[in-house]
Amino acid sequence: MSTLTFTLLVGLGSLVAGLLGALTGLGGGVVIVPLLVLAFKVDIRYAIGASLISVIATSSGAAAAYVREGYSNIRIGMFLEMATTAGAILGAFLATRLHTGTIGVVFGAVLILSAALSVRGPAAATGKEKPDALATRLRMDSSYPTKDGPEKYHVRRVPVGFGMMFGAGTLSGLLGIGSGALKVLAMDLIMRVPFKVSTTTSNFMIGVTAAASAGIYLRRGFIVPGVAMPVIVGVLIGSLVGTRVLINARPKVLRIIFSLVIVALGIEMIYGGFTGKI
Amino acid sequence: MSRGTKSGAWTDAKMEQIVGTLLQTGVALAGAVVFVGGFIYVIRNARVVASYSNFSAQRAALNVTSLFIGLIHADSRAIIFLGLLLLIATPVARVAFSVVGFWKERDWLYVFVTLIVLGVLMYSLFAVNV
Repeated sequence: MSTLTFTLLVGLGSLVAGLLGALTGLGGGVVIVPLLVLAFKVDIRYAIGASLISVIATSSGAAAAYVREGYSNIRIGMFLEMATTAGAILGAFLATRLHTGTIGVVFGAVLILSAALSVRGPAAATGKEKPDALATRLRMDSSYPTKDGPEKYHVRRVPVGFGMMFGAGTLSGLLGIGSGALKVLAMDLIMRVPFKVSTTTSNFMIGVTAAASAGIYLRRGFIVPGVAMPVIVGVLIGSLVGTRVLINARPKVLRIIFSLVIVALGIEMIYGGFTGKI
Repeated sequence: MSRGTKSGAWTDAKMEQIVGTLLQTGVALAGAVVFVGGFIYVIRNARVVASYSNFSAQRAALNVTSLFIGLIHADSRAIIFLGLLLLIATPVARVAFSVVGFWKERDWLYVFVTLIVLGVLMYSLFAVNV
C-alpha cells in the first residue's frame, strides 16, 4: 500500500471512529487499535502509540465544552490523577516488556468489558449520600447544575476509587486507550458521584493520564509520524463533528450496534493474540 | 466547590473557564501543525510503500537534537512530531495552570496534590528510562 492510500484510508477510518465515539459516548480510541492492527496490519505497538495521542486530542478537545457546562469536579479529578498517572507509567512500562500477543489478548478482553459496561448504562448514583469524613476533608463534595438549580452531592469511598483509578491508569498506559468506561465506573459505582459529573470529570482526567505514558512511548519509538498523523487528524475531525451534531443525546440503537462491533473486534483481538497473528 | 462569590474573585468556575480555553487553543494549534506536517509528508512520500508490520524502536524513537535539526530543514516528520509534542503539552499545561489556580484560592492541600501530579508527569516526560 502506498503512503498516500494508507494515509487516506487510515484517516477516513479514524474519522468514522471519532464520529461514532463522540455520538455514542464510548470514545473513538477503543476501535483505533483494532482497526490499525486487524485491517492495516500495523504492529500493535505503533497502533497503541497513535491511539494514545488521539486520546489526548479528543479529551482536551471535548473538555473545553464540558467545562463551560459546570459539571466536572476539578478536585476529584486532580486527586484521582495522582493514581491514574502513576498507573499510566506502570502500564507504559509493561507495554514495552510484554509480548505483543499478550497485549492483544488483554486488549480484546478490555474491549468486551467496556462494551458490556456501556450497555449497562448510567448507574443509579444520586449523590444523595451521607457526608463521608475523608471526602469532606478532601473538599470533594460539590454541586452541579440541574434545571431545578444547583444540586448538591456527597462523595464516598475515596480509597477504593483511588485504587481502581490506578488500575484504569495502568490499562490506559498499557493499551493506549482512555479507559473512560472504567474511570466512570469507579466514580459513579464506588464513589457515588452523579453520572453527569463522573463522565465529564473522567474526560478531563483522560488527557492527563495519557500524557503520563506519552513520554515513555515517544522514547521507546511507539509513536511513528506516518501512523499517528492520519489517526489524529481523522479522530479530531470526527469527534468535532460528532459533538456538534449531538452534544448530549446518545442514540440508543447506534450505541448498541457500536457495542456489538466492539465485542466482535475484541474477539478478533483475542484470537489474533493467541494464534500469534498480533 | 467555589469559595468567594464576589465578582472578580478567583473561583473554581473562573479557573475552569480559563482551563477550557487553554485546552481548546492547544488542541487547535497542535492539530494545525500535525496537519501541515502531514500534508508535506504525504506529498513527498506519496508513492513510497507504507508498511508498519515490523516494529523497530530505533526507527521512531524521539530525541531532541534530531527534532531540532529536522525542524530547521523543514522535515515533515519533525513538523508532525512538533505537533504531537504540542498536543501532549496541553494537559500538562492544564495541570501546571491548576497549581496557580489553587494557589490563588489558597487551597494548599490541592496545591500539593497538583504538584504531585505535575511531578509524575515531568518524571515520565523527562526522567524515567524504562
